[in-house]
Amino acid sequence: MRVARSELLAGRALLAVLITITILPFLSIFTTALYPSGSVPVGLSWPAQPQWGNFVDAFKVANMSALLASSVFIVLAVVPISLVISTMAGFAIGLLRIPGARLLLLLFVFGLTLPFEGIVTPLYFLARQIGILNTRVAIVLPLIGLFMPFAVFWMRAHFVNMPSEISEAARVDGASAWDLFWRIHVPLARAPIASLGILMSVWAWNQFLLALVLVEDPTQRTMAGALGAFQGHYATDIPLLCAGTILILLPTLLIFVLFQRQVIAALLQGSVKG
Amino acid sequence: MTQARAAAAGRREARRIPWLQGIRRQTVVGWLFVLPALLFYAAFVLQPLALTVQYSLYRWDGFGPATWVGLANYASVLREPKLLETLFNAFRLVLFFSLIPVGLGLVTASVIHRVATGRLGAISRTVLFLPQVIPLVAAGIIWGRLLSLSGLINQGLAAIGLGDVARAWLGDFDTALPAVGIIGIWVLLGFCTVLLLTGMTKIDEALFESARIDGAGWSQEFRAITVPNLRHEIGVCITVTVIAALAAFDIVYVATGGGPGNATAVPGIQIYILAFLERQVGLASALAVVLVVLVLLVILPIQRLSREDVR
Repeated sequence: MRVARSELLAGRALLAVLITITILPFLSIFTTALYPSGSVPVGLSWPAQPQWGNFVDAFKVANMSALLASSVFIVLAVVPISLVISTMAGFAIGLLRIPGARLLLLLFVFGLTLPFEGIVTPLYFLARQIGILNTRVAIVLPLIGLFMPFAVFWMRAHFVNMPSEISEAARVDGASAWDLFWRIHVPLARAPIASLGILMSVWAWNQFLLALVLVEDPTQRTMAGALGAFQGHYATDIPLLCAGTILILLPTLLIFVLFQRQVIAALLQGSVKG
Repeated sequence: MTQARAAAAGRREARRIPWLQGIRRQTVVGWLFVLPALLFYAAFVLQPLALTVQYSLYRWDGFGPATWVGLANYASVLREPKLLETLFNAFRLVLFFSLIPVGLGLVTASVIHRVATGRLGAISRTVLFLPQVIPLVAAGIIWGRLLSLSGLINQGLAAIGLGDVARAWLGDFDTALPAVGIIGIWVLLGFCTVLLLTGMTKIDEALFESARIDGAGWSQEFRAITVPNLRHEIGVCITVTVIAALAAFDIVYVATGGGPGNATAVPGIQIYILAFLERQVGLASALAVVLVVLVLLVILPIQRLSREDVR
């Protein structure tokens, strides 16, 4: 690896600039969050008397514990159901190769490019019609449906590459399709299932449009949806808004730092396969 | 020995035949496996999509009776400047959300690959990826603050003696759309960089080695090896970022709400306003159908191009 010295410097300088540009926004809202509530601080400056209490206030006015509970509920409702049914579908399409598998795959793949805005209006009226508007169920059910194209596509990509000898050996031993799936193939698919689980958790947590349209009460929404409502209420109190934003970001950042490698890998594979 | 094997084969045959006969049953079982996923997809994606198409042919306020208007809503989408402009804005966002992050991401990835293989590279990857993990709403709020009158951008400009150009970037008719675009760059650059970098590690290292032994500089290496070998990854980056631009909602909603005037109104925002604030469900649905078709029309050729050379 011979690289000219000047190039080495230029390259490192570029990276340093990019890293700074990425981090400065976070620093800026952090210092802003420490100014007295109601003031209008300048971009990046350290307050004379940091008001750490702003975080406590934001925690209270944003009703953080309720928000956390609501988001966790939505993730715990959406992700396990989505994992089970998409793994089953991916298994049938990719491995059992049932008649019509190609057509089914095409039908799911079509959904991959579909913008949520394309269906959010009827979802509102459907939710109103079945009486689930303004409940978390109104977010959970459509979200499972909206995850299906990607999730089925993802699991099918795993199963289509499984050598058929495994299944045939099990067949000879008289295993039913359900045994084959549950005892043999699900344990073998642990890695792609885990990645898919991480991906869908992040997406559910960050889902905004569905929460905005289908649920009015922020404490029944996802984290991103709650943040949108919080901004609506406290847009004028800049330090408080920044403190609230940081609090809402914290769980996501924490998860990212802890599971960095898995999250990056999952998000990247997710896009490549998609 | 041979006999034993033949016997074993015979046994296998014997068991296989009833299994072959069970093929019909197997088809039914297979479809039962798909059924739950299919039901959710049909109920909460395909059905609403069909309803969007249906709504788009009516005039409806969401409560009273709907009036059949045929294709009149589509005519409005293509004729009313307020609506047509959202489509133009979406394509202008593509420049910021897609071309710049992909281009700059390519450069950054190749720089990391060449000069920062150790610690610095690892740190760059992690840090640049951060904006991709946080909710877009948060990115919008953070940048709304940075781009405001008292924000970091104006502070920086004043520090280098450009205090005169300071303004509320998101509130100015001329700068609002590029300002929203910059938020998109910030969010998507890391994603593109890391994705392309992962692609680069799959390229045969010997290619780079021999190029460097021949004395190839960064730009030669970039053009001759990096870009051609990353065709698939570039295609993926473009696909993801173009969809993010055309279907943008969260960032715009939080940062500008589509304003000032109509300066940053994109289809997603306009659909929301029409359907839920102005109660013009039919018109909103027509715009939604146009958006869905537009995304498909833009994405399909990109997919085809990037897939062709992979194999």
